[in-house]
Amino acid sequence: MTLTPILAMRWWLPQDAALHGAALDREMYLALWIMTGLLATAHLVMLVGLCIGRREAKRSIWRLEVAPLLLLTILFGWMTIRAERLWAATRYAGADPAVMQVEVVGAQFVWYFRYPGADARFGKTKPELVQPGEGNPLGIDPGDEDGRDDRVSSELVLPIGREVDLRIRSLDVIHGFSVPEMRVKQNAIPGQVFHIHFTPVHEGRYAVLCTQVCGLGHYRMQAAVRVVSIAEFARWSER
Amino acid sequence: MKIFSTHHRTIGIGYLLLAGTSVAIGTLLSLLMRVHRVWPDLNWPLWGVIKPEDYLAAVTMHGTLMVFFVLTTAPQSGFSNLVLPEQIGSRTMALPWLNAAGLWTTVASLLVLLSAFFVRGGGPISGWTSYPPLSALAEAGPGQATGMDLWLVSIGLFCIASTMNGANTLVTVIRCRCKGMTWGRMPLTVWAWLTAALLTVIVFSVLFAAALMLLCDWHAGTSFFVPAGGVINGVVDTQHGDGSPLLWLHLFWFFGHPEVYIAILPGMGMTSMLLANFCRRGIPAYRWMITTTLLIGLLGLSVWGHHMFVAGLNPWAGTVFQLTTIAIAIPSTAKVLNWLMTLWGSRPTYSTPMLWSLGFVSLFIAGGVTGPVLAQPALDAYLHNTFFVVAHFHLVMAMAGVFSIFAGLTYWFPLIAGRRLD
Repeated sequence: MTLTPILAMRWWLPQDAALHGAALDREMYLALWIMTGLLATAHLVMLVGLCIGRREAKRSIWRLEVAPLLLLTILFGWMTIRAERLWAATRYAGADPAVMQVEVVGAQFVWYFRYPGADARFGKTKPELVQPGEGNPLGIDPGDEDGRDDRVSSELVLPIGREVDLRIRSLDVIHGFSVPEMRVKQNAIPGQVFHIHFTPVHEGRYAVLCTQVCGLGHYRMQAAVRVVSIAEFARWSER
Repeated sequence: MKIFSTHHRTIGIGYLLLAGTSVAIGTLLSLLMRVHRVWPDLNWPLWGVIKPEDYLAAVTMHGTLMVFFVLTTAPQSGFSNLVLPEQIGSRTMALPWLNAAGLWTTVASLLVLLSAFFVRGGGPISGWTSYPPLSALAEAGPGQATGMDLWLVSIGLFCIASTMNGANTLVTVIRCRCKGMTWGRMPLTVWAWLTAALLTVIVFSVLFAAALMLLCDWHAGTSFFVPAGGVINGVVDTQHGDGSPLLWLHLFWFFGHPEVYIAILPGMGMTSMLLANFCRRGIPAYRWMITTTLLIGLLGLSVWGHHMFVAGLNPWAGTVFQLTTIAIAIPSTAKVLNWLMTLWGSRPTYSTPMLWSLGFVSLFIAGGVTGPVLAQPALDAYLHNTFFVVAHFHLVMAMAGVFSIFAGLTYWFPLIAGRRLD
């Protein structure tokens, strides 16, 4: 029996490759350290309390219960305010309407990424036109002008340093769109469209996972995000 | 001892046996999952290699068995039937026949659930939360036809049984207290069972409605939870209209979160009682403990949205549910401080139930401190559906919850077996 697998485990968060990730990571580590401190303190108090001799003196509820409770309430309140600011900063405002749009579509057990092309408009889709075998996995309506230059990819290619607005939907069941390195996660729910936006700041290739049980192929429902330089993105777009 | 007895203690033992059977099967399933994760290609005798659908069915059945048939039945229905009447000076539970009907409906519900293993397609694969449309369409995967039907029928029966037991507990506590057993003198265990029974009656009726609606989506041509235009396996779903999967998430979690308090409140009550007993002192701030029990129950009804931070709610909802969720940390912290205060300088007797209770406090703190981390929507959006969450609710519900069951079993063993543990 060797301890190597445990020691080799990744103990900290994965690399942060998104602009909003640094603030999130700070908040995460702060919360985890505060909670580790509370865990240790509570156990220490319990152990010391069990080891010392018996005390029969009348104890003050105000000093022993109410005062610590007030302090902890203030601590939780402070954490809540910080957390609410972070949440508001990433989610309250939508992306700038001018940013790059990509549509993310989950289907058992694949992720598709649709780029709107030069017109920056997505063409209409129809469920009855969905034909993955014939190159139309999303059912783009050939009669719609906007859809002519739409491009469907199995890989999410993003230019570095440019904000992207993802419109997330699903063809069949609920999927969970997640890119740990981009610090984003959003369910794809059939019948509805949800938006999340972020800015990738590190070039590289990262995994897209499905984080919501979606059927027997759920475990292999993966894709990739490739963050590339602006010049390379332009080349990829023209290809 | 008659099997079909209406005596509350026999019924209590019946619930404990049912929980014991369920926990044995549920633990075997989790062992199966662990072994599978270490040796995915292992050829099991009589079964063969575990396929993805087998694994997901094991996940679903493990969760369903543990949450419903272990953590709801043992602490609430089991122990309350065992000692609640005696603790309030009553000879019986208020409604003995309803009580027996509750137990046997739960047994029927368990049998229906277990039969899902043996039908064509096997058990359902959508997890104990059964999110539609995966749980609403037979084409979505194996186990999603007869297996899913059986799951829904089982849950429906369980809701009926729990409501019977909850109503019985409420009536008993309200009407059957002996003279002098005022609200201000009731043991904290009774306060916990009362609060949990209130939650049971409120939330299991919602789950019953949700299960019935989903069953209608299967068999009655309705579309509560399935949107139009789904494409499964290349086939367009023309059977359904404009339903919303989010509706199921709301209904399910409106039940699901109070459910964890139904599972843990009796354990908290027992812990308060056992710590005070073995420390040979009264419960400090007894009225505070009643208030915190009621507050946890009340706030527990308003936090379901924290299961849906990434489900696509309005971001404002994230903020609101963060506030209610953090708020529930305050009465929970008050309880922990109270236990620490009871233990401080007490030189307790380290009997078996006391050791289990100390374990409960330790595990409840360990699981509890991860709560305020997950309550932050921005952090939860990263941690959602990861093992961090699995660890959080297993520490609180599975570990602390089971420790309190062991504490109760060892403490009340003479009532169950008629002899002391040696």
